[in-house]
Amino acid sequence: MKELKLMKGNEALAEAVIRSGCDAYFGYPITPQSEVLEYLSLEANKRTGMVVLQAESEVASINMVYGAAGTGKLAMTSSSSPGISLMQEGISYIACAELPCLIVNVMRGGPGLGTIQPSQGDYFQAVKGGGHGDYKMIVLAPSTVQEMVDFVRLSFELAFKWKNPVMLLADGALGQMMEKVEFFEQQPRKTEIEPWATVGKPKTRERNIITSLHIQPDKMEEINLHLQKKYKAIEAEEIRYEAINCEDADVILTAFGLVARVCQKAAQLAGEKGIKVGVFRPQTLFPFPYEALSKLASSPKLKGMLDVEMNAGQMVEDVRLAVNGKTRVEFHGRMGGVVPSPEEVLAKIEEKFVGELV
Amino acid sequence: MNEKTMLEETMLDTPANGEEVICCPENLVYEKPDTLTDTPMHYCPGCGHGVAHKLIAEVIDELGIQSETVGVAPVGCAVFAYNYLNIDMTEAAHGRASAVATGVKRVLPEKFVFSYQGDGDLAAIGTAETIHTCNRGENILIIFINNGIYGMTGGQMAPTTLPGMKSTTSPFGRDVDTMGSPLKITDLVATLPGVYYATRCAVNTPNNVRKAKKAITKSFEYQKLNKGLCFIEIVSNCPSNWKMTPVQANKWLEENMLPYYPLGDLKVPNDKEK
Repeated sequence: MKELKLMKGNEALAEAVIRSGCDAYFGYPITPQSEVLEYLSLEANKRTGMVVLQAESEVASINMVYGAAGTGKLAMTSSSSPGISLMQEGISYIACAELPCLIVNVMRGGPGLGTIQPSQGDYFQAVKGGGHGDYKMIVLAPSTVQEMVDFVRLSFELAFKWKNPVMLLADGALGQMMEKVEFFEQQPRKTEIEPWATVGKPKTRERNIITSLHIQPDKMEEINLHLQKKYKAIEAEEIRYEAINCEDADVILTAFGLVARVCQKAAQLAGEKGIKVGVFRPQTLFPFPYEALSKLASSPKLKGMLDVEMNAGQMVEDVRLAVNGKTRVEFHGRMGGVVPSPEEVLAKIEEKFVGELV
Repeated sequence: MNEKTMLEETMLDTPANGEEVICCPENLVYEKPDTLTDTPMHYCPGCGHGVAHKLIAEVIDELGIQSETVGVAPVGCAVFAYNYLNIDMTEAAHGRASAVATGVKRVLPEKFVFSYQGDGDLAAIGTAETIHTCNRGENILIIFINNGIYGMTGGQMAPTTLPGMKSTTSPFGRDVDTMGSPLKITDLVATLPGVYYATRCAVNTPNNVRKAKKAITKSFEYQKLNKGLCFIEIVSNCPSNWKMTPVQANKWLEENMLPYYPLGDLKVPNDKEK
């Protein structure tokens, strides 16, 4: 019996957190994602015994996650752009110490205090590092409320598989909008103790130390090489994307998250005018589907790609790296909390490629 | 175990040259605690950290809680505390040890959790985490080493640097008009309802060492009873950055630090709660 519900993105995500068997959530209120903390405060502890704690800041939240994740439990936090900026130091430590955890960013427009309206302005921060040093998070970009749910469970699986922080990169609109959503069954809380976890040292093993400090350069380089090797393996195994009608397209729209749905509508409108438009949507932003996009770029029919984002052009840099000059890549972006409309994307397709399409 | 074997070997090697053999198990008055590793400490000669570490190790041994204890190390001179304490430990970012300890304790409420932090870590960059961890009454122990200076980075002014005291960033002495007064953070947290026990100790004399050990023991016992946050300040020294010999440093501590940071309990459990 399928369990269908009509739910707001943030609340659906919180429900998925409980059902994933999450052990601990630490967070601080910030619009447009405070419903996550509110929903969990009301529901989580009474249903699964999960820890839910409102911290004094995002700085404290991420460090509480660091402590809890170090015990091998399913730990997470959520925030929106300015709060995620405050967490960058902690994320760098977690990545270096190789702890599994989930960080949800329901992005809002920046820079600065910006706006509480949706944005995708944190792509660089999420995908290219954000904090200090060479590290990567696995970054998942949902485009529906259903994916807000499914990617929570997937995030915990990937986090533990790779001992790496996973970021779920959504935006304010996905967090606030209501959609039909189907839930998975309640998963039991984890009882297995990870061999590396700091849970108290029995006589039978050496002490476990969680640290990101390796003061000898050769040791620190060794740690870095190990991390880079892991990221390569993640790139080989974990790429996820969706390619809709891309094979014989005249133009391919590239977009992630909510904007990919705007692009789907734009593609439909273009189809009505006889222009074949495909949509390529990475579901993992790291690892980025370079190869798949590169193959599509070689299609002889293709006139070019139009990358659409709610920022000044961030993912488009990865699209261009993937395409590597094989086809033209144009960009259309809206900022400051403005969501592009299908009509304006269509107009952009016509403006950029119309001469070549007739 | 290896340590004991070595000791026994030494005893056997004692030459039987007619002198009375005093190096024998019956005369053993001191042993390194099991919870202290064999790693040579990086601390400077005369530094209080070594003594404080040893006290924690002794208490953990005596209470038999080695397998149930998780420690959190700071950024500062004690950043390598996990090299010396034979327990599971996490190394926190600068100032965040009490938030990390909160994360550990909340998911492992039955374990003993403590953070070990210096003055810059706990009373400057980590002030927010310190105050709120205390205010929530997290059932953990915070050990706060106050030596009035940033040791690891080479002797800069700390929030606890005394008025007029010279450091590399207050080369003419701490001017309280422009640099503020030394922060008595233990007095501050003692006012919070979440704090069950707050005390100020030192490790400069055998008597003070004994008192500090008692405070640590009490704190772990309170933690077992879920009493709330225990906060132990240990007024310590920094011979290297104070630019003194260990003996001079302890004398200076007695004459200058202790009048400003007087030893004793700042908050004791009231009788009803006991």
